[in-house]
Amino acid sequence: MFSKQALKAGLISLLLFLAFIGAWSLATHQKEGPAASGADAEYAALMGKGAEKTSGFPPPAKVGEAFVTYLSDPFYDKGPNDKGIGIQLAHSLGRVGLGFFLAVVVALPLGFVIGQSPLLFQAFNPFIQILKPISPLAWMPLALYSLKDSDVSGIFVIFICSLWPMLINTAFGVAAVRRDWINVARTLEVAPLRKAFLVILPAAAPTILTGMRISMGIAWLVIVAAEMLVGGTGIGYFVWNEWNNLALPNVIFAVVMIGLVGMLLDQLFGLLQKAVTYRE
Amino acid sequence: MTTHFLSVEGLKKAYPGTTTPVFENIHFGIDKGEFVCIIGHSGCGKTTILNVLAGLEEASAGGVIMDGREVAGPSLDRGVVFQSHALMPWMSVLANVAFAVKSKWPDWSKAKIAEHSTRYLEMVGLGHAIHKKPAELSGGMKQRVGIARAFAIEPKMLLLDEPFGALDALTRGTIQDELLKIVQATHQTVFMITHDVDEAILLADKVILMSNGPLAKIAEIVEITMPRDRTRSEMHHDPQFYRIRNHLVDFLVNRSKGYAGSDAALLHDAKHPPVVRPGLASDEPPPSDNSRPILKQVVNQ
Repeated sequence: MFSKQALKAGLISLLLFLAFIGAWSLATHQKEGPAASGADAEYAALMGKGAEKTSGFPPPAKVGEAFVTYLSDPFYDKGPNDKGIGIQLAHSLGRVGLGFFLAVVVALPLGFVIGQSPLLFQAFNPFIQILKPISPLAWMPLALYSLKDSDVSGIFVIFICSLWPMLINTAFGVAAVRRDWINVARTLEVAPLRKAFLVILPAAAPTILTGMRISMGIAWLVIVAAEMLVGGTGIGYFVWNEWNNLALPNVIFAVVMIGLVGMLLDQLFGLLQKAVTYRE
Repeated sequence: MTTHFLSVEGLKKAYPGTTTPVFENIHFGIDKGEFVCIIGHSGCGKTTILNVLAGLEEASAGGVIMDGREVAGPSLDRGVVFQSHALMPWMSVLANVAFAVKSKWPDWSKAKIAEHSTRYLEMVGLGHAIHKKPAELSGGMKQRVGIARAFAIEPKMLLLDEPFGALDALTRGTIQDELLKIVQATHQTVFMITHDVDEAILLADKVILMSNGPLAKIAEIVEITMPRDRTRSEMHHDPQFYRIRNHLVDFLVNRSKGYAGSDAALLHDAKHPPVVRPGLASDEPPPSDNSRPILKQVVNQ
């Protein structure tokens, strides 16, 4: 069901998109004519189609070609420097997923404990406050040195950047559970674990999920930069590799894919958030 | 000294950082099957007393003994109905009650828990709404769920913290009737905080009057001598009703503030606060101006 406004908004979005493509097309339009002087033509012939890549910022049609090429065969694997976009994204998502999962495993229980004890909250707070604003990439040299593996270091960086928002939100969510609900559980002599899972966790779930959503957003931002550094596989490495090839259409294609996947991840967490939010 | 089902002995509460306690030397007893209301202005420590009875708060001195055992911490023996209903909004109405029932009888099967919970929800007239979420219910219905939850664990004693305070007068009336019916049928022992004088007269066997805090005391214990089968619609035809009502209102409006310096306070014996039966004082002077029927009056917080 589309409301009238949604329809209008969609129409405007489409117009904006077309206007953008039009402006881009105009800006990158190549004048016809003697395309190349004698020597250049000879050089181009020698280099094959490789020379095309140097001819300025790519017009939309070229980028469109890249979309068609990559999306028509997303999972090919022709050696370490030539893999389909699907495989690259899967590598990135795998790293993000693993790092994020490890962060959940640490942040939820720790946040739970900190949230329930004002003493621990205060004791942990200075560390959290100092560690939180550190750019996750700043950990990279330490991670590479101590973990001695670029892949594991990438996962570690995701872990460390996902940790803080989740930890803080879990602690706040648990600390802010309504006194009344805790008192109900107390008067019913509910065992600690049952209380944790049936009262505190559902009560704090919306706040915790907000933290997870923020964490996932940051993780997806960071993975691109991390993969540019550690190399090998992943969408970040793909972008860097295509930049080294000066294949700007491919870079633009990858940038759009990063945006799309990021949006989908965010919407996934939006749905989860909606599922655990309760109305009072 | 007679032994009561529940006895409160020498209760005192002083909050950290304050020198004068909110109340001290509070003694009273509640017998099995008795319905006791406590009335007093805000700040006299009513809620604190209830929380101490519930085991949710600790007294600074004194103790509470119920059924031969000291109250130390919350227990399934005492059901609490909270002022703000305190339903878990992520659970359905049935799940809220079932959560309590499962806490009391962890070995029961799912079906038995559901059946037991449904029975108590039907008792408060919510049989049709058991699968709704609390957010879909009106304030009165939510409070009914709270009452069903407290009754469903079949506690030895029920503690109600001003359960109808947030409800409109009409809803309050209906739920009072329902509570009255259930209590009469189950002979439940109840301790209830209220600000509503009529509510206290309708429901209670005894009304504890607290003087103003800090240093609040039990000024009097008023016995409601009207027959137990009173109803909200008939109650005001009983000649005792206005005598009791006037006595209570008079205390709240005039005597509770000045109590600390009055003669009554000098003669006060904390262990045996005066018990009065204004309903039976038939030899009172003829009704004067301040005893004429007044419209329902609720003393606000």
